[in-house]
Parts: sequence; C-alpha cells; structure tokens
Amino acid sequence: MKALMFGWEFPPHILGGLGTASYGITKGIAQNGDMDITMVIPKPWGDEPTEYAKIVGANCVPVAWRDVNWDYVQGRIGNVMDPQLYYDLRDHIYSDFNYMNTNDLGCIEFSGRYPDNLLEEINNYSIVAGVVARTIPCDVIHAHDWLTYPAGIHAKQVTGKPLVIHVHATDFDRSRGHVNPTVYNIERDGMIHADHIITVSNLTRRTVIEHYGMPPEKVTTVHNAVEPLSQEYLDIKPPHKHDKVVTFLGRITMQKGPEYFVEAAAQVLHKMSDVQFVMAGNGDMMEKMINLAAKRDIADRFHFTGFLRGKQVYEMLAASDVYVMPSVSEPFGISPLEAMQMGVPSIISKQSGCAEILNNVIKVDYWDTNALADAMHSIIKYPAMYNQLREHGREEVSKIVWKKAGAKIIDIYKSLINK
Amino acid sequence: MKAICFYFQIHQPFRLKTYRFFDIGNDHYYYDDFSNDDIITRIAQRSYLPANQMLLDMIKANGKKFKVAFSISGTALEQLEQYVPEFIDSMKELAETGCVEFLSETYAHSLASLEDPDEFVQQVKDHDKKIYELFGQHPKVFRNTELIYDDDISAMVASMGFKGVITEGAKHILGWKSPNYIYNSPVVPKLKMLLKNSKLSDDIAFRFSNPSWASYPLTADKFINWIAELPQEEQIVNLFMNYETFGELQPRESGIFEFMKALPRFAAEKDIQFWTPSEVVAKMKPVDQLSVMHPISWADEERDTSAWLGNTLQQEAVHKLYSIGERVRLCNDRRIKQDWYYLQASDHFFYMSTKHSSDGTIHSLYSPYDSPYMAFTNYMNVLSDFMIRVAEQYPENIDNEELNSLLLTIRNQENEINELNHEVEMMRNNIVKDTTGDFPVKEEADAEEPAKVEKKPAEKKTAVKKPAAKKAPAKAEKKTAAKKTVEKK
Repeated sequence: MKALMFGWEFPPHILGGLGTASYGITKGIAQNGDMDITMVIPKPWGDEPTEYAKIVGANCVPVAWRDVNWDYVQGRIGNVMDPQLYYDLRDHIYSDFNYMNTNDLGCIEFSGRYPDNLLEEINNYSIVAGVVARTIPCDVIHAHDWLTYPAGIHAKQVTGKPLVIHVHATDFDRSRGHVNPTVYNIERDGMIHADHIITVSNLTRRTVIEHYGMPPEKVTTVHNAVEPLSQEYLDIKPPHKHDKVVTFLGRITMQKGPEYFVEAAAQVLHKMSDVQFVMAGNGDMMEKMINLAAKRDIADRFHFTGFLRGKQVYEMLAASDVYVMPSVSEPFGISPLEAMQMGVPSIISKQSGCAEILNNVIKVDYWDTNALADAMHSIIKYPAMYNQLREHGREEVSKIVWKKAGAKIIDIYKSLINK
Repeated sequence: MKAICFYFQIHQPFRLKTYRFFDIGNDHYYYDDFSNDDIITRIAQRSYLPANQMLLDMIKANGKKFKVAFSISGTALEQLEQYVPEFIDSMKELAETGCVEFLSETYAHSLASLEDPDEFVQQVKDHDKKIYELFGQHPKVFRNTELIYDDDISAMVASMGFKGVITEGAKHILGWKSPNYIYNSPVVPKLKMLLKNSKLSDDIAFRFSNPSWASYPLTADKFINWIAELPQEEQIVNLFMNYETFGELQPRESGIFEFMKALPRFAAEKDIQFWTPSEVVAKMKPVDQLSVMHPISWADEERDTSAWLGNTLQQEAVHKLYSIGERVRLCNDRRIKQDWYYLQASDHFFYMSTKHSSDGTIHSLYSPYDSPYMAFTNYMNVLSDFMIRVAEQYPENIDNEELNSLLLTIRNQENEINELNHEVEMMRNNIVKDTTGDFPVKEEADAEEPAKVEKKPAEKKTAVKKPAAKKAPAKAEKKTAAKKTVEKK
C-alpha cells in the first residue's frame, strides 16, 4: 500500500511535538510491513532519517518549467532529492505559476517554520501538493495538522484517493478558547473534506466532534507513542545536589498553565525549604512568570533556564526529582512520557491527552493548585512514592510503542480503500 | 449427615477526607464524615437491615434450626452505632435468639497479625470486649482480617484461648485436599481450622445474578443438591461471605433473599443441618494437619496478602504506621488511641494497590481515590500528622525502653498507692468501729481535712501498721519526681 503524507516538521529540525509525532507515525506504520510512505515536508535539510519514509521537499518541487541540466539540479538540491524525481515532477506541472515568486529551479521557497506570512506559505504548500500528487502514485493521502490540510484536500481532488487527516492539535487547545476564525475555517474545511479523521486523544476527539461538528463515526483516536531514548541520554548522570528539584519543561505559554506551577511551588515552599523549582523553556508568558515568582516571594528558589535544546533537555530531566505538566489543554503531550523514560516521576493535568493512557503518573486538575502542590510534596517527601512512580512509570512507558499506533492507522487505511 | 456453616462479614472503614500536606500539624481531624455516613446508611438500608430481618424470619420459621455467625469489625460497629443505631438493636434481637454466633477479630480490621503481634493481641481483646458489651457473647472462634492466616498467626490465636480459626480454603494450600473437612494447625494441634468453600461461597456472593454463568439461575433446590451430592465423608460446607452480598452485591430484585429463605426447607429434606463455627469446632474432629507457611487471605485470584502489601507504597505505609505502634500503646490519650485504630484499617492499604491498575477491576471499584498514588499521598499526609501528635506526647529522643521503664514505675507506684489507700481506708473503718476507746478518732477532723485523709490516720495508728504508712508518702513523692523527669525530657 502506498501512502502520501503531508507534514510540516520532521526530525531532527523540529520546533514542537508535531515533528516527533510525524516521524513516529511513519516509523510505526513502516514497522507493520508492506507500506510505501512518501512524506512531503516544506524544507528538508538533508539529514532527515529516510529508512521509514521517502522525504520530498516542497521547496524542491518545480511549479514553473525551467530548462536546467542534470548536473545543475544535482548541485543545487542533490543532497535532498534525486534529480530524476525533479524531472518527473517537472513533467507534471499543471498550470503556469510563473507569476509566483519562484527561483532558478522553478520552485517556491519555504521557511519550514511558523513565519508571519504563514497563511501564504500554507497556500503555496498546497500548490506544490498538486504537482506531487500528480507525480507520485498513492492509495491513500494522510495530512498532519492544519497547516497541511489544504494540501491534503488538493491532493485528494487531483487523485480521487481517500484523505485521512491527523489532528495533532486544534486551535481550541492553542488559544484557550479564543479561536482564530481563519485557522478554524482551515481546520474545519480539512475535516469536512477528509474521509476519516484521526485524533491523538479522546480529548481532541471530543473537541473535533463538539466544536467542529464532525460525525463521531468519522473520528478515531490513535494515541501517540514514544521512541525509546538513546543510551547516550539514559546514561546521563544526575549532578550532585542538596535540594530536590521540581521541573516544568515546555513553552511558557497560556496553553501550558505555567502560573499554576508557580502557585503550587509557592505553597510547597511555604512548608518545605529544601526544594528548588525550575521553569525550563521560553514563551510569551515568561516575564509574567518571573514577576509572579517574585510577588510570591519565592524567587530565590525558583529558576528560569530559558530554552533548552537537544541533550540539555535530558540533562535537565536527569537532574529532576519531579516533572510537572499542568497544561490547561494538551491534545496529547509527549514530554511526560520522555520524563518517565528518564525515570522522573511525573504529575500531569487531567486535561492532557496522555492522561488517558498513563496509569503510573499523578493526575490532577490543572486549576487545583492544592492537589498539585500536595502531589509534589508527596513525591519529594515519601521515598516509596518516588520509587514506585519511577520504576512502574519506566516499565509502563516502555510498552507504549509506535508499532501499535501504526497498526491502528493501517486498519483505518484499509477500511477506506475497501469502501 | 452434612452441615452448612454460614458466616457473614460486616466491615466498614473510616474513610479519610482529602488531607493536604499543608494541613499536617494544623488539622487533627482526618475523616470524611459525609461519605462514611452516606455509605454505611445506604448499605444498611439496602442490605444489612433487610438481611437481618430475613435471618430473623428464617430463625423463627425453622424453630432455631437455622444458625449463622457474624464477624463485625469494631470500626463498623462504631459507625453503625453512630449512624444506624436501629441496626444494633436488630442485631441484639438476633443475638437473643441464640442462633447467632459472634466471631472474634481485630477491632480495626487491621493487618496487625502480620506486622505487630502485641497490637494484634490488644485489638482482639478490645474487639471481644466490644462484642460482649453489645451482644453479651464471648467469641470462641477467631477469624482474622480478610481471612489472613498462616502458622505464626495460628500460634498467636491459640495462645489467646481460641479453639477454632476461620480461613480461606486456598487452592495452593489445599492441593488435592477438600475444604469440606476440619483441619488443624501443625504448630498448635488443638487449634481447628474451618476452611471457606470458595466455589459454593462465590456462587452465592458473586455469580448468583450473573446471567452468563452456566448454572444461572441458581435456585435453593439446586444449591442444596450440589451440597447433598458431595461425597459422604465431606461433612461440613463453610459458606463465608460479605454481608453486603444480600441486597448490595446481589440486588434485592435478583431474588437473593428468597433464595436464602428457601434454603432451610430443602436442607431439611436432604438432612443437612446448619451449624455455627463453635458447634463445628465442638462436634468435628480434624482429619489432617494443614501447614501454611506464607500468609493466605480470601482476596484476589492469588489468595495472598499482595492486595495490601503488594507494592512499595503499601509496604512503606504499613511499616511507617507500625513503627510507632509501641509508642502509641504507651500513651493514654483517647483521641490518639482512636485515630490509631482507624488508621490501621486494611482498606487504606487496599486503595494503594497497583494490581490490575491497567484493567481497573475490583480495587478501583471500592476506592474513593482516583489512583493508588492519590490514596498513598493522602494517607501518608494523615499519618505524618498523627506521628507528630504521638511524638508530642512522648518526644522521640527518649527511646522506648527508657520511656517504658519510667512509665512502668509510675504505673506501679500508682497501683501501690491505690492499694495502700485502700488498706488505710479499711483500717480506718476498723478503728471507727472500734468502740473500746483504745484508739479514739475524731470524726470532725476527717471531715475538715479530707485531703489529708490518706496520711493522717495512718500516722495515728503507727502502732498498727508502721511500715505501710511510711512507704506511702515516700512513694508518692517519687511518683511526682518521675513524672517531672518525663515532662522535662
């Protein structure tokens, strides 16, 4: 079976959880065998893993005809694409896009990030999708997150193949209810055109059904999984320290509920002194949080590290005794699973999707700072609590693998193709 | 001839309220009164009261041939006294028929038998006292919390004077043997063991109203036939279950009450009698010894103690709790004693079980908590506060032995003073009665100085009892001195 996927991020150059999840899904599907996956992303760097899916860069797909020779193509984009594929794609240009801002190869440039002209980039991406869909044969189309829904719809219209859209998040999660109408319309349009909708949690599934008015039978939950950590990360030794460390790790934005973490920290520090709190990450609420910590008079025990990348994340986790994710609305939330892999007991909000599949974590309502503080205190104070969560959490998370998620997705594909 | 031995368990724990860590040291009331009241009242209305009425009717209808036994934990009795006093009355009425036996157990439905032998003995005594106060019976047969039993426990039980013990007929202990005989303990051969017939007990308690069960529907006729068809030598069938079976686990509309009411008639036809556990112990001889190396219970598929002590959370909580056992037993504070019992209920540890947490079966069904971790956190917060209170009574830097010897001295002196006072009193009376005039005593003097009563007359009759008179004030001084040292420390 051949699947044509549209994604926005792909490791190792990732900005959020979407890239990790997209990679995991391709891997999980490929591990079930007999699948041929092509993944289109806006801007590949050439170091993406290709063992599970062929990578096609949207910025290497010509939309306007240019007469270029093999060596030139090889020199320009040889690191990310086979020149032969470039010529195949060039044969399938379906309209004259010379009026657009194209480069020497007739391709449109993409940032591959989330720039200010994001809507324009999304539109360009769907133009490119038309060329790709005409060139690369497929049985099913799979679009990841709202940025790629227009591309998915376009590909469906060109090929007539079933479209699956994968909802990694909705604008209701990102905006705490203050939904951007443009984004909402793109999302809803994608869902209407889709033959089937996959959501990453039952929480998201409910949002899709209730807020986007989708028929429930069209929406299936496939929970995300997590990649086993590399030995390099697992071997990180925790530093020598006197105090217990409680960590918040993620973007410091409204969606992640950082203020509840600060409030709970203040309660814990009111009773105990040998605890340090760390807020690792960056975001538009960081200044507000620094002020709040100062106002609660806990700034001496409350630290901001700024954005952590790569190995730093795991070093931070290795140094932590408690990991906290008090997200107000989290479609899935992969980071508690990573914390559990590192053997860090985790506290997560009941409003996160991963709470649906995890047992060996502590779940609290994000607004219940008393319960949150109580859970932190319990893990710090009672060794049995720490050890039980650590050992059982590690064991539990090792069983959450992408292969199972992949099998579920393949079942969905099959049911659509046989319809 | 065969016999059925029915025994019903009634137990309710005092559930804890949500107790946050910042309450530690500030709030010393731990219980969720609302849910305790709510649950016991609901179960009593739906199950205990109608079931009592059923038993009463059955006993009346069958001319006292129908007999049952009860094991009611102390905490359940307290709740029933407080919230459903009419149940206690109805139980008394049952007790008066003479067809109901009350069994002994630990007052708090605790795990003390596994962790703290002294505590175990104390609790059994307290429970038996409570049963005697309420129902006028001295229990003769013992049944431990959730039928927990092993050879060590059998020795403790026998040493308290019990003739029989009730436990689970666990398959891994019995092997090919049948639970329908009486066995004895290899450690103390005089202690007879009554084993639960799991199959027939669970047919009533769990499968009765299950339509997918092959033998559904279960009728009294059919059930008695199963028992009658057992081999001739297998004479006793022990049916042990929770009392909630009637009306709660098996709802009233399932016909469970009618099923029970029909049992005696069919039993009589097949010449099957109903015996209480002490009758069984008296009438039957053990066929074999049964050794139980590791503790068994009636819980879960494993029939072991892993439901309460299976994971690190449970072990930590139990060990922390019993680490202060000796200290708590030293103190006399009524509220501490009470909390100490309430906190020992095995249910608190049951809620912390992570067994089957993935398929969420029976453990989560009864737990008031979202997860075992929540149960642990809440319990440990309460326990931390409790431990602070105990430490306030007796500071931690005095070790138990030192404290014990000080307390012993104080208590001995107190006893001695009481004795001496008593003696003095007697003597004084004798003197007053003495009309010969050899030892005249002025009545007014006594009335004026009642405080000195213990001293003055003693001095006067030095000739009669000199040594005693000297001893008393000396000891009294010593006692206050000893008390002062304790307070200082």
